[in-house]
Amino acid sequence: MRSSLFPLMVIVVVLFVVLNLAAALIWVERRLLALWQDRYGPNRVGPFGLGQIVADSIKLFTKEDWVPPFADKPVFILAPAIVVATALISFAVVPFAPGFVIADLNIGVLFLLAMSSLGVYSVVLAGWSSNNKYSLLGGIRAAAQMMSYEVFMGLSLLGAVMLAGSFRLTDIVEAQRGLWFVVPQFLAFILFLIAGAAETRRLPFDLAEAESELVAGFHSEYSGMKFGMFFVGEYIGVILVSATITLLFFGGWLGPLLPPAVWFAVKTMFFICLFILFRAALPRPRFDQLMSWSWKVMLPLTLVNLLVTGAIVLVRS
Amino acid sequence: MLSLLRSLWEVFRHTFTRRVTVQYPEQKAYLAPRYRGRIVLTRDPDGGERCVACNLCAVACPVACISLQATEDQHGRRYPEFFRINFSRCIFCGYCEEACPTYAIQLTPDTEMGEYKRQNLVYEKADLMIDGPGKYPNYNFWRVAGVAIDGKDKGQAENELEPVDIHSLMP
Repeated sequence: MRSSLFPLMVIVVVLFVVLNLAAALIWVERRLLALWQDRYGPNRVGPFGLGQIVADSIKLFTKEDWVPPFADKPVFILAPAIVVATALISFAVVPFAPGFVIADLNIGVLFLLAMSSLGVYSVVLAGWSSNNKYSLLGGIRAAAQMMSYEVFMGLSLLGAVMLAGSFRLTDIVEAQRGLWFVVPQFLAFILFLIAGAAETRRLPFDLAEAESELVAGFHSEYSGMKFGMFFVGEYIGVILVSATITLLFFGGWLGPLLPPAVWFAVKTMFFICLFILFRAALPRPRFDQLMSWSWKVMLPLTLVNLLVTGAIVLVRS
Repeated sequence: MLSLLRSLWEVFRHTFTRRVTVQYPEQKAYLAPRYRGRIVLTRDPDGGERCVACNLCAVACPVACISLQATEDQHGRRYPEFFRINFSRCIFCGYCEEACPTYAIQLTPDTEMGEYKRQNLVYEKADLMIDGPGKYPNYNFWRVAGVAIDGKDKGQAENELEPVDIHSLMP
């Protein structure tokens, strides 16, 4: 079974599933938002409106791919590719089931954080190269927001890393065989959930887009498939953050009866739906609230959590 | 913080509430009989045209979407030679219906008038005319009006007295 072709097969499967899921999430999100607003959402094209996914894809692919004459052309074209590329590369270290992983790096958690940090470049460069003040404001906001939220996003994961004693995601999952890390690391889980929503620039924290203030923020000038890339990148980010939560706090593929991959998918889907619920229910904070919340509340809390966890690990050993 | 959790819970509860959407082409919302939709021209109970081409509807129309030309038939009855409503202009305000002295022009509870070509929204008399009397089934203008037409002289209409002979001295 472990031939040299196995990683390639995993890559194909992961790419296929993730990209299709990202496209399907547009439909899932619209249906769920509709459900929570007592509407139906897209239900006309095909059974349950599933054809909407195909219709949207065709629309995005065939739209005019326009680069504004005042834009910085190479950067403008490169920016949307970065967000999708970094999000997809992050999936290289995500173990979907025991053994079913592209590259089981011994610094998996760090790799995830590094890739999500690189994703910021996409937003900032998009905002800058659009040569439009609203885009630039969106880009600046995204940079400030993601830098400040990344700090405690990384720190909140370290509690789980300490308990498992490894940065390797497979080891972290295996360390949760007795008890999921959500129980000893509940505070970290909450913090990471918030940081994850901010990191993917999802609503409550979509200040980089903020259509009521900044037109569409950093992607105001984007159209066609370049806009589609930002869209897909955002949804891949949501999948990634949900998968990370599942791996680090909810025991990844561990679970009774069902096969491991199914457990992983179920848990990840649950968190994706939770992120959509955030979008349906929560209003967007003001930017200064966002920043002070991050630095004055979240960061100290994370450090306290880290200290306490470290002390407990030290006392136990 | 608690209010955020509360609003999350409140929104989540809507998973189990009924959806309010009316699935339009399959389900239709109830439109009252006096709903202001597509305009029609009605007929008398005996099948004659009600419209007497008085032009009041065209005058009342705030967007000037009605145009018509009056003429007279061999019985001395006025009727519109053509009657044209441009529904791409019409705002369905119902003023024409209010202005009409003969209940000829009426608005109906029908809103499905979508067209691909704008010109198709210009309705001619043949498109507007319906076979029935609409909302006023028993009203017959020519039978109650004091105008003389063939087969009905002055004073012969319903509830109408014989004309007074102003040259006579007798009361």
